[in-house]
Amino acid sequence: MKTDNLTIADKTFQSRLFTGTGKFSNSKIMRDAIRASESELVTVALKRVNATDLGDDILTHLNHPSIHLLPNTSGVRTAEEAVFAAQLSREALHTNWVKLEIHPDPKYLLPDPIETLKAAEMLVKAGFVVMPYIHADPVLCKRLEDVGVQCVMPLGAPIGSNKGLKTLDFLEIIIAQSNVPVIVDAGIGSPSHAAQAMELGADAVLVNTAIAVSQNPIAMGTAFKLAVEAGRLAYNAKLAPPKNTAEASSPLTSFLNL
Amino acid sequence: MSHFKTVLDAYNWDDTLQSIYNKTAEDVKRALGKDKRDLEDFKALISPAAKPYLESMAQQSQQLTKKRFGNTIQMYAPMYLSNECQNICTYCGFSMTNKIPRRTLTDAEILKETAFLKSKGYDHILLVTGEANRTVGVQYLKHAIALIRSQFSNITIEVQPLDQDEYELLISQGLYAVLVYQETYHRDAYKKHHPKGKKSNFDYRLDTPDRLGKAGIHKIGLGSLYGLEDWRADSFFTALHFKHLQKTYWKTKYSMSFPRLRPFSGGLEPKVEMTDSDLVQLICAFRLLDEDLELSMSTRESEVFRDHIVNLGITSISAESKTNPGGYVVEKQSLEQFEISDERSTESFTKMLKSKGLEVVWKDWENNWQ
Ligand code: SF4
Repeated sequence: MKTDNLTIADKTFQSRLFTGTGKFSNSKIMRDAIRASESELVTVALKRVNATDLGDDILTHLNHPSIHLLPNTSGVRTAEEAVFAAQLSREALHTNWVKLEIHPDPKYLLPDPIETLKAAEMLVKAGFVVMPYIHADPVLCKRLEDVGVQCVMPLGAPIGSNKGLKTLDFLEIIIAQSNVPVIVDAGIGSPSHAAQAMELGADAVLVNTAIAVSQNPIAMGTAFKLAVEAGRLAYNAKLAPPKNTAEASSPLTSFLNL
Repeated sequence: MSHFKTVLDAYNWDDTLQSIYNKTAEDVKRALGKDKRDLEDFKALISPAAKPYLESMAQQSQQLTKKRFGNTIQMYAPMYLSNECQNICTYCGFSMTNKIPRRTLTDAEILKETAFLKSKGYDHILLVTGEANRTVGVQYLKHAIALIRSQFSNITIEVQPLDQDEYELLISQGLYAVLVYQETYHRDAYKKHHPKGKKSNFDYRLDTPDRLGKAGIHKIGLGSLYGLEDWRADSFFTALHFKHLQKTYWKTKYSMSFPRLRPFSGGLEPKVEMTDSDLVQLICAFRLLDEDLELSMSTRESEVFRDHIVNLGITSISAESKTNPGGYVVEKQSLEQFEISDERSTESFTKMLKSKGLEVVWKDWENNWQ
């Protein structure tokens, strides 16, 4: 089934489900849940791992050929801090990929659009593959594209809220006009939310809390895998229209004498 | 940033045409039922299979247009600055080999013509020339724009394709929009109809909207000349071009025009006929593809046609146009580029618009905003 691959920068992914490493009760369950999800891109918070320690618990468990690590800059509050964090992660984890997260607000963790755009520009110039976490703001997405990011990651709802696609109308616009992959990040709380994002035409989704905090993260990893595949299949198969053809009321074309 | 040439090169004309003709009534119904439509839906809407659904298309087109533009219609006037041209285009009265008296307006003549248009109420002007870089090159255009800038809120040009830095120069002088039609996206037919002159370079013309986008222009007008090749394939490629540009140069606005081949001195018969009903279908299809796209109509079309199309999707329109340099007052009899069809005065045309409940908009841009 999985012929419909996703390419970002120099990497091709068979799975359109990206996952995270936070909030699991232990690293082994994290590993098993991620394996079950078949996710190939897994984000890790640089602030949480001990990258200089070869025995770091999270990193050891993620050491698998099909899993690419995506360090994120969670915790930084300014563009300068983000650039610094990205440079650290490049050295420590040997990857020039970075999930750019700048949220100065500690309560809702909402991304700062101005600092994010600034940081994205600096990071692209410094040779990074930049994946910015942002509001579902269509104009910001185009501005980011203009500075050369490799994808955009608009939020569906506040991070960790599990509320689903509250930003639906804006996601639609972003997907319609984007030249780079659109990955819906944050807010996805159930497989049906993930399927909905995929049906809409999102290129991938990133899910963390919904898997990590469920009663059975491994089964939930599988459920998300299937939901993302189903949503993508439905998108490619073109959904049936929700309404019927408009009926003519007063003829507008009668002058053509058809 | 990718250029449209790369996009176009991935398509084959015959296969595209075939896929349009293969669309079924089911495809049309699906396209009609959607809120947001893609280029496959557009193909269905321009296909022969959509013909029985024309009234539904018109109804939806009218609703979408009203939703986005309200009950308004924008007026503009073309002003021909020159009929000099160093190209041969098989369908045009200004073609180099056509033995007609050539003239290019002087400053005084330009001001006489603009005074007439101002007296009629026009505030959006479209400056047109042939392609004669020596007489109407970028310096002439720059000068003409500077000369009339204070009189018009919106200055658009339809002239030879220019380089990016030349567009930047004209934009800095107050240029708002550029219209550039590919004429046809069929390479061989393009070559046949443009055997000589700079215009025979298909790729340079194709790349013009990309150069405009990079130059940061406010608006780009696109279109094909319908009649040269199968209108269905040409309009699909125009839509493809528009979609590429819209995604890439997202700060720019777009408009679409629908010129059909018109009689002119030394005339060429259209190879493919585009009927009135085809044209209505195409206009509605573009509206259903994009509700924000400006759809423009010239005086090439007949009175009856224009009276109805203003309620179907068109958002900007000209009236009482002259397609010859000096045609309004300076030299009414000079040779025109093509014959216009609707010859009503601006007054009687706008009266008709008002009688249909449309507000006639003269000014919709502020020329200080650039
Ligand atoms: S279409 Fe334009 S370029 Fe071609 S002959 Fe006419 S004025 Fe010249």
